[in-house]
Amino acid sequence: MSILIDASTTFIVQGITGREAVNLTRECLDYGTGAKIVGGVTPGRLGRDVHGVPVFDTVAQAVEHHGAPIDGSVVTVPPAFTKDAVFEAIENGIKLVVIVTERIPRRDVAQMVELATLRGARIIGPNCLGIIVPDVIKMGGIGGPAKNAAQAYTPGPIGVISRSGGMTTEMSSTLSAAGLGQSTAVSIGGDAIIGSTYAELMPLFEADEQTRGIVIYTEPGGRMEAELSRWVTENSSRLPIVAFMAGRFMDEMPGMSFGHAGTIVEGKEDTAGEKIERLAQAGIRVAERIEDIPTMISEQIESRAGA
Amino acid sequence: MRFFEFEAREVVRRAGIPVTDYGFTTDPAEAKAIAERIGGPTVIKSQVLTGGRMKAGGVKFADTPGEAEAHAAEILELEINGHMPRGVLVDPRAEVEQEYYAGVVWDGTRKQPVMIFSPVGGIDIEQVAEEQPDKVGRRHFSNILPLSDFQAKEVIASTGVTGSDLNRLVPIVLRLARLFVENDMVLAEINPLGRLADGSFVALDAHMDIENEARGRHKKLLADLGVGEEETRQAREATPFELAGEEVDAQDHRGVAGNVTEFDGDLGLVIGAGGGSLTLFDAVRAHGGRPANYCEIGGNPSVAKACGLAKLVLSKPGVDKIAVMMSIVSNTRVDIVARGVIKACLELGLDPAEKIAIFRIPGAWEEEGFKILERYGVDYADRSVSLNEAARRAVEKIQGAPAR
Amino acid sequence: MRADGTFIAVEVEDAAAGDTELARRLAEACPVDIFLASDSGVALVDGNLDECVLCRLCLDAAGARGAGSPVKIIKLYDDGALLD
Ligand code: SF4
Repeated sequence: MSILIDASTTFIVQGITGREAVNLTRECLDYGTGAKIVGGVTPGRLGRDVHGVPVFDTVAQAVEHHGAPIDGSVVTVPPAFTKDAVFEAIENGIKLVVIVTERIPRRDVAQMVELATLRGARIIGPNCLGIIVPDVIKMGGIGGPAKNAAQAYTPGPIGVISRSGGMTTEMSSTLSAAGLGQSTAVSIGGDAIIGSTYAELMPLFEADEQTRGIVIYTEPGGRMEAELSRWVTENSSRLPIVAFMAGRFMDEMPGMSFGHAGTIVEGKEDTAGEKIERLAQAGIRVAERIEDIPTMISEQIESRAGA
Repeated sequence: MRFFEFEAREVVRRAGIPVTDYGFTTDPAEAKAIAERIGGPTVIKSQVLTGGRMKAGGVKFADTPGEAEAHAAEILELEINGHMPRGVLVDPRAEVEQEYYAGVVWDGTRKQPVMIFSPVGGIDIEQVAEEQPDKVGRRHFSNILPLSDFQAKEVIASTGVTGSDLNRLVPIVLRLARLFVENDMVLAEINPLGRLADGSFVALDAHMDIENEARGRHKKLLADLGVGEEETRQAREATPFELAGEEVDAQDHRGVAGNVTEFDGDLGLVIGAGGGSLTLFDAVRAHGGRPANYCEIGGNPSVAKACGLAKLVLSKPGVDKIAVMMSIVSNTRVDIVARGVIKACLELGLDPAEKIAIFRIPGAWEEEGFKILERYGVDYADRSVSLNEAARRAVEKIQGAPAR
Repeated sequence: MRADGTFIAVEVEDAAAGDTELARRLAEACPVDIFLASDSGVALVDGNLDECVLCRLCLDAAGARGAGSPVKIIKLYDDGALLD
């Protein structure tokens, strides 16, 4: 199985006529069993189509045209319009919103997340590449064109969660090369406030029978790793976790941000060193090099199976 | 972006929170005039974006306008932690009976802003939280529902404050929360918030930090405060090399090839994107390499942009070779980056085979990219070579290079 | 007419170079502005040649691919292989 999406998931693309969105739509249609993209939305473009996907002015029109609730939306509109687009999706009954857009102010993100919580919807991102279930479906630009995605991602027992879109593919490719496929890989975004954190996705992986281990990519900045450590400790998770921490060099440069908006060392708690310690205390092993991840996670899966 | 104290106080004042009758100046004579206007003892405070100004002698007390002028002259020349002051603030020395703390920050775990209040002010709130945790009140508040007095009342009352103090503090804390939200702040802090002899409250110092991504929607506020659009107020000022990197990135709108940070090593890095850059930078250092720079490529930049970035790095004094490395790309194209970096070498009259220590970018259009690299004899690697291994090879080549 | 960059060369058959309608279609199709349309036909923008993304939109606009096309995209780094 998988988490969040499967072959039957229907979704729309908001901002579908943008250059990147056109590519993303093609990629998702081509990948795996073919994504069920039931519509696109760009205000003022009603009646057009993008790779055969009908374009509407509003989400409501897309839902009406589909004739049934739509599961998800990929939002790729400019930052100033993202909040409105996400509100529109949620208020039209969409339960899974993947936000690709970067550089959205925190206040907007917090408002979107709060509305989602009120309505029982989930947000992935912003500033993320989306979700992929290897050989089945992808929702977002994750892995790139179908051919490239197929090269990096293979089905298997590992759940991947990553604050970096590019590193989601790099790590999955390394796992695949070692014969370890992925159940679902989620690019959660690199901003200071995001819709779904590691700890918030863990219960889903926990409930997914296919998943037997978790690999995460993490960075300095924020408290997300502390939250994960706490979750793992409090819930005696059945899933071993291996973390890869990038940006160790940033510990020597407080106040400077590199890579993602969320990576800034503000206090002693969000340094790489502090996070590594915290993760280790919760029994999460931290890999020094990406190529060490496959062996580390297999060993842990085996030792748990043997116990 | 952080605000100077004189700017933060202005933000506080505009929000309807009482402030002292201070003045800001860059001129000692004017400092004297402000002190005369205030007509009593004053405090002269250096306006720098760094901590520890008290210790460094950046805050001085004056009894007369003449003294205020002398202190201002001195402080204006005083460098603190490598920062020259933007000016001085001349503040009346208020008769404060008690110092309080009020602040608002984001909680990334709860994804809501949180009001923080303490009747113990004037010192770091973290210290208070550690030593007297019952004296620190916290309360999250919604971003969708309107702010309401009771929220401020609850957080203040939770610290044991009652009576007329409570009623006078409620509007201040609420206004602070409102200004935090309305101005897209990531930190809004009044510390100390002083209670005067007559029972009224006044903001004696303020720290504000506005979110960079939201600057565009606060143009008027920033213009009113005199903050230039080019002012980034990073932990340190951008170097000419970094500014040149920004220019490269601004030459067209396709993708990113910039975000340059300068270091003093000999291995030039042409790397990307976000997470990949962090991973690679760590890897180079782990192998004993000395990076000359940090940078980011992503979002499928033009050949011209990749070329511009590579040229900039190659021209940096002390750089002997560049390493061109990325995690597996899906949007950015291998062949386009290959063309860019090779072109950079050629245009500088350098041999790509010698100057490019390694090219490790697997992914979209790699067959085409590898053909180009082969043609110019550049050492390249595909996805079977890890980021870490690629970094190791690059460092090895640099350290094996003849000293010059 | 032919123009060479470092990696890419573009050739437009002389017979077709004066075709203003073809020029318009090429200028519209190419995402990196390699073709310019003028009253006298097609012009090539030297500075953009190396930006070619090998998308074939110009070939489609010209209505033919490979050796038979009036427009040829030549990969100089691949022993002059034609994009087809
Ligand atoms: S192949 Fe594409 S990019 Fe290249 S010249 Fe033709 S239209 Fe332009």
